[in-house]
Amino acid sequence: MTPEALIASITLFVLSIFLGFELITKVPATLHTPLMSGANAISGISVVGALLGANVAYEGGQTLASGLLAFVALTLAMINVVGGFAVTNRMLSMIAGKKRGGA
Amino acid sequence: MDVAWMDLGYVLSAALFIFGLKKLGHPRTAPRGNAYGALGMLVAVLTTVGKMGLDGGIEWSLIVAGLVLGGGIGYIMAVRVEMTGMPEMVALFNGFGGAASALVALSETWRWLEDSTLIPSAGLELQVAVLAAGLSALVGWVTLTGSLLAMFKLKGGFKLFWAGPWIKTPTWGPSWLNGVKVLLVVAAFGFIGAQLGDPTNTSLLWAIIAISCLLGVILVLPIGGADMPVVVSLLNSLSGIAAAFTGFIIGNSVLIVAGSLVGASGLILTFIMCKAMNRTLANVLFTSFGGSEKESVTRTKVGSDPDEVAMMIDGAQKVIIVPGYGMAVSQCQHQVKEFADLLADKFDTEVKYAIHPVAGRMPGHMNVLLAEANVPYEQLIEMDEINSEFPDADVALVIGANDTTNPAARGDTGPLAGMPILDVDLARTIVIVKRSLSVGYAGVDNDLFYMDKTMMLFGDGKKMMTDLNNAIKES
Repeated sequence: MTPEALIASITLFVLSIFLGFELITKVPATLHTPLMSGANAISGISVVGALLGANVAYEGGQTLASGLLAFVALTLAMINVVGGFAVTNRMLSMIAGKKRGGA
Repeated sequence: MDVAWMDLGYVLSAALFIFGLKKLGHPRTAPRGNAYGALGMLVAVLTTVGKMGLDGGIEWSLIVAGLVLGGGIGYIMAVRVEMTGMPEMVALFNGFGGAASALVALSETWRWLEDSTLIPSAGLELQVAVLAAGLSALVGWVTLTGSLLAMFKLKGGFKLFWAGPWIKTPTWGPSWLNGVKVLLVVAAFGFIGAQLGDPTNTSLLWAIIAISCLLGVILVLPIGGADMPVVVSLLNSLSGIAAAFTGFIIGNSVLIVAGSLVGASGLILTFIMCKAMNRTLANVLFTSFGGSEKESVTRTKVGSDPDEVAMMIDGAQKVIIVPGYGMAVSQCQHQVKEFADLLADKFDTEVKYAIHPVAGRMPGHMNVLLAEANVPYEQLIEMDEINSEFPDADVALVIGANDTTNPAARGDTGPLAGMPILDVDLARTIVIVKRSLSVGYAGVDNDLFYMDKTMMLFGDGKKMMTDLNNAIKES
């Protein structure tokens, strides 16, 4: 990794943190749980890293321990991602469905 | 075309996450926000698979197995979970997310052991990789064990070996434990530092993992009751940070962006919740709250029966319903809604719901439950707005709430001091549905129960509300 690439990554890191602070400053209490749950699903983004790990390990023609670790990571990340978005959707559909009925 | 251009997919994915989080903050756009987030994740996965395909081919077996197995389990869990089990589920998913990040870091480090040509060349590259892997492991494993313990605390306990006795999750935290936490963090950083000089030392690797797992447990162990939402939110933030660190190891921009977005937003939500309880984050994390020194209840109160309450409530002009965790446990939100409808039909009563910011075990917990029972959104009033209305209320009906209504919070001493509460005690008559006079999580006896104008309905929320509704129908 060149110093330039590292600086670029650190820049992304810091700016994204500021962006995250700004994005959700005022949120009604109703949405706190869905928001937490939705953000939680997004943190399953390590699925990308797990995919890369699960692929590389197989190149040697045999399943290496690192590949199996990535496979476990992939499974856990997918539970987090699919489960997280699905459960958030369930909560929101109740709240949103409610609002349509009230209008 | 250069494979590197495929990274534009990650830019699209990151943009979708940002839009998604933004829209999740507004009631009208929230479902779309969630959809954007899911779409962003799909784009990230497709981009990654596409890149791997162009860049030397894909070995599908582990990948397909992981995607299908994880996706299937996650979907089934999400569809099956009861609304009351939601907080535990979020905590569990959160732990899995942290573990996934930590495992990716471990897998990456393990490859160095298997093939020494993969070890990054000494210098900046090696330092960044080792440091990021160490931090990702530290934060990721803390998130896993902390979240698992939080899940069991939210459940209240666990069964030993699936069939054994029910063990109550302990809350324990003498003040010397804080010193241990600091020591563990320092030790973890020390080991990560040592790894910089010796990246293939497995003893260091296991030591960091062991320390992190232990740290997660003792961070959450002293925390109880009303503080659990704060901890789950903080752990959510940590799982994002872990993903961001993992992004540094594999040099992937979307992991860094998405991870830090979640880290920052989770932290903001954590502060919002701390503010609602008038406490600082440090106070929540380093002071054992409730659990250990509960006041024993010495006073008694004669319980009322539903018929009595039905008579008293006859003709009430204004009723404020105060739901708490007890409503969630007994799943009586539909009976509560029926009660409100009965009053509105029979006496043209104005019914409102007072929502304390930390009622239940998650922020917004009550809103989700009441929404499930089709309670109109406009009737759910937040604490600051409803408090001025309690003196006008003929009846305040408290269902399974305790600490959030305890007048002791107005005093200067005790665990509850300074916590904003609902001014239920100002209502003309108070009806409390509760299983017993026992103290809440804060361990403080509640004066509200013993006031002359208070009627206690001792029993399960669902049964009591059903009986009360029947009594009103018959009167």
